[in-house]
Amino acid sequence: MIDGILGFAVLLVKIAVVLGILLLLAAYLVWMERKLLGRFQVRLGPNRAGIFGLLQPIADALKMVTKEDIVPDQADRLLFLLAPAVVTATALLMFAVVPFGPDLTLMGKIVPMVVSDINVGLLFVFAMSSLGVYGVALGGWASNSKYSLLGGIRGAAQMISYELALGLSLVPVVMLSGSFSLVEIVRAQARIPFVLIQPVSFIIFIIAAMAESKRIPFDLPEAENELGAGYSTEYSGMRFGMFFIGEYVHIQVLGALVAVFFLSGWRGPVLPGPVWLLIKMLAVAMVMIWIRATLPRFRYDQLMEIGWKVLIPVSLINIVATGALMMLF
Amino acid sequence: MADEIKPESYEKRLEQEPQENAWDAVRALGQGFWTTFRHLFRRPITEQYPEERRQLPERSRARIVLTRDPDGDERCVACYLCSAVCPVSCISMQSAERSDGRRYAEWFRINFGRCIYCGLCEEACPTSAIQLTPEFDHCRRDILSLVFEKEDLLVDHTGKDKDYNFYRYAGVATRPEEKGTHIKESPPVDVKSNLP
Repeated sequence: MIDGILGFAVLLVKIAVVLGILLLLAAYLVWMERKLLGRFQVRLGPNRAGIFGLLQPIADALKMVTKEDIVPDQADRLLFLLAPAVVTATALLMFAVVPFGPDLTLMGKIVPMVVSDINVGLLFVFAMSSLGVYGVALGGWASNSKYSLLGGIRGAAQMISYELALGLSLVPVVMLSGSFSLVEIVRAQARIPFVLIQPVSFIIFIIAAMAESKRIPFDLPEAENELGAGYSTEYSGMRFGMFFIGEYVHIQVLGALVAVFFLSGWRGPVLPGPVWLLIKMLAVAMVMIWIRATLPRFRYDQLMEIGWKVLIPVSLINIVATGALMMLF
Repeated sequence: MADEIKPESYEKRLEQEPQENAWDAVRALGQGFWTTFRHLFRRPITEQYPEERRQLPERSRARIVLTRDPDGDERCVACYLCSAVCPVSCISMQSAERSDGRRYAEWFRINFGRCIYCGLCEEACPTSAIQLTPEFDHCRRDILSLVFEKEDLLVDHTGKDKDYNFYRYAGVATRPEEKGTHIKESPPVDVKSNLP
């Protein structure tokens, strides 16, 4: 009984820490992105609120909270209110299975440094990622505006297409580690990170992950200059903020997943596990910002062509090749 | 005929698109990333406005002033031309006459809440009195405080037109002995003589 209560307390503490760090980091990821994009474009970026604009996320949050929360008359109220929560909640839930350090021994008990080590963690990640599509599609549909609807449709089509490539690119990882558990996958990379064994999978995963997080060059669901703001056109105040937070949490989760699946997770010399995971997450996020600063948005047909005609066949071939090599050696 | 869209035109266009090989594509991609990466280390070109103020050109158009002639007299003769030409009707005045016959504005008012800084008043002004200055940051919270009266508009210098004094060329000289004393004015013709 006392063990149960203690375990529950430890779990709550872990959840609180992970949520706190994720949300704080999401806020400062926005700051980092704006700052870096500024420098990429030979501008300064935000520098008015606090030194180096460090208080900018707080100012933005205050602004969002104090804005009027508008629900359009013609909108489907329930779904309209639900959609941003779906996007953010699924993004946050995905982090539940990401291990962020080696097991800790606390008062003779082994405390795994992961919120929940379920043995089908990878499937859980995909399930949540697929559910996240509902946020975008429902938000677009419930707004009852043509721009939102177009954005929602694009979002659904894009994310479903790239979900396939995302899943297929991880099959070789599962084959190599022999497990769906993210903890086991990190353990399997004790000797050598999978990025060196599976570079093709790595590239496909990164591309598909960027498409999943709806970032430039895959930001067709938002596409400011064609669709207003796509699926989030009709949203205002903190509800729009929720979409925003969801997007940036998604970036972190994808950074963490890239780290776990290909860059040997929290493993690294000298520094403790969580720090290494953080470094790898931020490195992936920075590469995503770099890509955003470099590439223009894809055309819709190009997007579909890359997804269905390039990424999926290549990842299928990759699976077969990996299988064949594993049979031979 | 030319506007007719044929269904095969898109396919044809696809075929005509230059087929690059994979290496070219990768190199182009790399070039793009290298370019953005290099820009990361360039000095930002941002001018941080309230701290860094750029010297604006003398003839840029912002706050309107009423200038004086080189002798220190008001240039404005209250001819209403600026008021008439103003597309947003933001200039109003009341003309009056001094004891020496020279006209002036009893009061002169510009509503900067309406002014669009087009500069037509300056162009219309025959005496170079009304002029636009580069001083642009005179916004106020209270819109009524944007109505400037004559004493707010009048300045103690000649503005852009340094030497011009309208009364040296035309104006109040009406007595016979003063005829022909203006610059570029010929002496009065002696109507009693018919010599060429």
